[in-house]
Formats: sequence, structure tokens, C-alpha cells
Amino acid sequence: MSDPNPNLPNPNLDAAAAMATEVPQAAALGFQMVSAADARGVMHAPWREDLVGDPDTGVIASGVVTSLLDHCCGMAITATTGERRPTATLDLRIDYMRPAASRAGVTVEAHCYYMTRSIAFVRAHAWDADPADPIATAQAAFMLAGPVGPGTGGAA
Amino acid sequence: MTPEDHLRAFLARAPYIRFLGMTAELAGDELTGVLPFSPHLIGNTLLPALHGGVIGGFLEMTALAQLAVTQSTPRVHKTIDVTIEYLRPGRALTTYARADLRKVGRRIANVHVEAWQEARSQPIAALRGHFMLAED
Repeated sequence: MSDPNPNLPNPNLDAAAAMATEVPQAAALGFQMVSAADARGVMHAPWREDLVGDPDTGVIASGVVTSLLDHCCGMAITATTGERRPTATLDLRIDYMRPAASRAGVTVEAHCYYMTRSIAFVRAHAWDADPADPIATAQAAFMLAGPVGPGTGGAA
Repeated sequence: MTPEDHLRAFLARAPYIRFLGMTAELAGDELTGVLPFSPHLIGNTLLPALHGGVIGGFLEMTALAQLAVTQSTPRVHKTIDVTIEYLRPGRALTTYARADLRKVGRRIANVHVEAWQEARSQPIAALRGHFMLAED
């Protein structure tokens, strides 16, 4: 798919990497940036005992996948604009194909496939072992806030 | 087992629910999910605001908790799909959620959930989802 806006600045990898460590929820879940470039972001959440959803199977909770999908979509936007603009998730649709394997971490790739001045459209998929065998897919729309400054808050 | 027993069992079962710090209360068979604010739930430090994934996870867990109370089986119900709509920023406050079982069929349940903080009339997020019901 061609870039909708060839005049966008170059992605800033540092800004994307900071998203995995500086956001409290991402740090609490142990998110790790894998890559961020060309409107795509890849992020990994390692398996952890305290993040299990079903102790009978040892499968990581779907809520962790929800946070990772949302967060990685935000990183794909950063990888498109090259700066960390505040974004507000408008909606997030997630389809769960199958549970992750027991004691497996989860990786997400998100692609910001179209962006207007105020809205970003992002698709993402999550897998445990093989990107071609997803555990979940997602589609999201985000509102892009203006530059950070006094009085520009109002949406998360 | 009473509805309270089913709820206690559901909340005690998943380590992720303890990670969130989620609890729930029952009035008859109607459940209210409760998510006290905690710094590790923040997704935007500037506002500050709850992470969208935290709100989504909490809404989904509230749906599953309500199903565990009214459609109790020894096994867990599974999420098929969810659509989460974000209406207002989730502020650094306690969040509440209530699930409405729109349709419970033999195998699939359709559930709507709404979350709010200070006022029920000002919801911060909503979820619509399908869940595969576990068999006994």
C-alpha cells in the first residue's frame, strides 16, 4: 500500500522505543519494542505468571493482548509521524482466533495504513510463535491531538 | 453455589485480575465491576489517564464475571470478539462497569458493557462482544 502522505517526517525510533518503557501500564506489563519504521510497529509482551488469564492452561490473559494491541497501534502512529503526539483511541475491535500457547509471550505488529490530519487508521495482529498463525487481529481508529502544550489535553 | 460463590471463584481464579486490582459487587444477580485507580494502570502521564487496554481488559473481565455468575460452569467462557468504544478519558479515579447480557443462546452470548467513573450518565467507555459459552 502506498504512503498516503509522502511529506511526513522520518520516523523517530527513540520516540517509539520510549513508548514501551515510559508509559506506566506498558512498563508494568514488561512491553519491549522490537521495531518501529515505515508506519509499522512491532512490540512484544513476555509471558509472566501474574499475567495469566486461566491458571488451568497457563495462557496469558486477553486483557494483556488488548493493552499490547492498543499500545502497538499507538507506536505505529509514532512510526508514521516521527513524533509522539497524544492520541485518543476512538474504537478498537479485536477478534480472538485462538488462545495463545501455554506460557507463551505475545508479539503484535501494527500498521498505520492511512492517516489524515486528525485521524489515524490502524490494523494489527498478534501471535505467539508464528506471525502467519495469529491469536488475534485488531482494527482501530485514533484521534490525533495537536502539539503538546498547555490547554491541549482533554482526550487520553 | 450462590452467585456470590461464583463471583468469588471467578475473581480468585485469574492472576491478571489481581494484576489489574479489579473487584466486583453483586446486587442480586446484577454485577458491578470495580477498578480502583492505581499508578500502573496509566497510559497517558500528561493527563493522567488510564490506558485504553486497561479499560478494554476491565470491560471484558466484567462481561466474563457477569457470565460466570449467571451462566456458571466449571470451565471458563471464551471471548470471540469485542468492539471497544472510548467515549471520555479514564481519569485517575475508581472505574465501575456493568454488563448487560443482550442475548444468551445455547453456545454464544452477546454482551454489552458500559464503564463510568463519577457519573453513570457520563460513561467513559463501552464494549460490545460475543462470547463462546463453556459447556458443563
